[in-house]
Amino acid sequence: MTQLEEVTLDELKHLVSNRAIMGETMMLNMGPQHPATHGVLRLLVELDGEIVINCIPDIGFLHTGIEKNMEAKTYQKAEVMTDRLDYLSTVTNNLAYCLAVEKLVDLDVPPRAQVLRVLLTELQRIASHLVWIGTHALDLAAMSMFMYTFREREVILDILELVSGQRMMTTYIRPGGVWRDVPVEFEAAVRDFLKTFPKRLDEYEALLTRNPFILDRLYGIGKLTKEKALNYGVTGPILRASGVDWDLRKKRPYMGYEEYDFDVPIRTEGDNYARYLVRVQEMRESLKIVEQALNRLPMGPVRSDNRKFVPPPRSEIGLSMEALIHHFKLWTEGFDAPKAAIYSAVEGPRGELGVYLEGDGGPKPYRIHMRTPSFENVGVIPEICKGHLVADLIAIVGSIDFVLGDIDR
Amino acid sequence: MDNKLEKIVQALQEKFKTQAEEFRGEAHVFAGAGQVVDVLTFLRDQQGFELLSAMTAVDYWPQVSPRFHVIYQLTSVANNLSLMVRVPVNGDQPEVPTMTGVYAAANWREREIWDMFGVRFTGHPDPRRILMPPDWEGHPLRKDYPLGYEEPQFTFNYEEIDLRKPYSKE
Repeated sequence: MTQLEEVTLDELKHLVSNRAIMGETMMLNMGPQHPATHGVLRLLVELDGEIVINCIPDIGFLHTGIEKNMEAKTYQKAEVMTDRLDYLSTVTNNLAYCLAVEKLVDLDVPPRAQVLRVLLTELQRIASHLVWIGTHALDLAAMSMFMYTFREREVILDILELVSGQRMMTTYIRPGGVWRDVPVEFEAAVRDFLKTFPKRLDEYEALLTRNPFILDRLYGIGKLTKEKALNYGVTGPILRASGVDWDLRKKRPYMGYEEYDFDVPIRTEGDNYARYLVRVQEMRESLKIVEQALNRLPMGPVRSDNRKFVPPPRSEIGLSMEALIHHFKLWTEGFDAPKAAIYSAVEGPRGELGVYLEGDGGPKPYRIHMRTPSFENVGVIPEICKGHLVADLIAIVGSIDFVLGDIDR
Repeated sequence: MDNKLEKIVQALQEKFKTQAEEFRGEAHVFAGAGQVVDVLTFLRDQQGFELLSAMTAVDYWPQVSPRFHVIYQLTSVANNLSLMVRVPVNGDQPEVPTMTGVYAAANWREREIWDMFGVRFTGHPDPRRILMPPDWEGHPLRKDYPLGYEEPQFTFNYEEIDLRKPYSKE
């Protein structure tokens, strides 16, 4: 065995207070293997008794080089990597990537595919918020919530499995549309969920929203002002809980979001409790969108018929030589994208999920950067946890709702 | 391009002599490394771009001058606009002044770009690597950095490959 090196503060001198260097305060290591850090986040915390003075997040434990890997694959094949970023909202990642590719090559999407995309991303948003509410309550010692929310999430994952064959890594949304049409059981499954879920949500709220233990841990803790939130690049429910009316679905509608009737919940307090209320309300709004999408789901093709970018359906390949050539060319060489750069963003469950995509005229992305919301959101933890107790730090980390795969990429 | 955005691009052209391009309705403004802090401060304070949405870089290796582009994607929440500022950087000594004084979000993003591309941000308060281990050599997202893979070990070559693995050297 190698000799263990003594840990020193030499490298982090500029991040801790002078008292830590004198040895008056305690440096506590939280994570990376700690149940309350939701993955492999390491927090180095400087404590004076129980009060947090400084907090230094250490990320990168899950770095898998996804951006580098995507640069080595064709546009179609690179898509499977996006599922692995934020593994709690895979459909949203697919959508962000496909919208970027479609913008770069100027590709249209048929109406049925647009509605299906909206429907599934909203279901995914609910599933993602369910994991958040379950784990957040678990951190605050409300064990049973976790079981309840995972039961509901399983229903959504079953719907995803129904349409794509996969529970989590769906890759159902493809450039130019979706993989294939939904099966006939789809509508009944979603209607069933729409019928049961509002009641369940009321039950969760009855358990949590006015619960004095939850209020103690959330109310007034981890305040983030509007100006600080914007300066730190925080987006999504956290920004809206700080009083900024910014939702890309409303402000820059994509996939026909302007035709749906829904509200964007906004709170001005900016504390843990506001973030909790915003997310719970968002689930109700998502439910409204899902219902409207299901009611208006038009008939028609689910993939663009632009054969230069979208492979032909299987039925055509046996009949048309041209279709066979397109199929072969698209799956071996891929399609060429222009030598240009674009940035496109969608509103994910955690915030602005942006894609910077640059083509070089060939079939592979020259550079792709995923602007993942969790990265910026975790960057604000050191700012908002100062002066709170260690136990509150757990509540703050829970209320940020990040996914480490999303941060480290 | 949006009318409001066009006015902002023109204002930048007059004030800082920047070049601009347009693609699919997006505005890309090219600024020099020396003036970028002033450009972004102007955009934040005078034009309402309060959110630094994304910050990244591109490597154009083997081209040396400029080898990198550092990219700032700005969003104006008040006016619902976005603007991309691109800063070309030479390959021999890639350096850009830090933006942490203007946007706090730049702190981690600049560490990421240093880690992945080896572009230095002068005056950065915390210039450590962020994703790779502190003792890592090289900058993975550079185009001259090989993709790399792990060799699969089978029975017949297990020990041979094991010797090459970094952890089995002692």
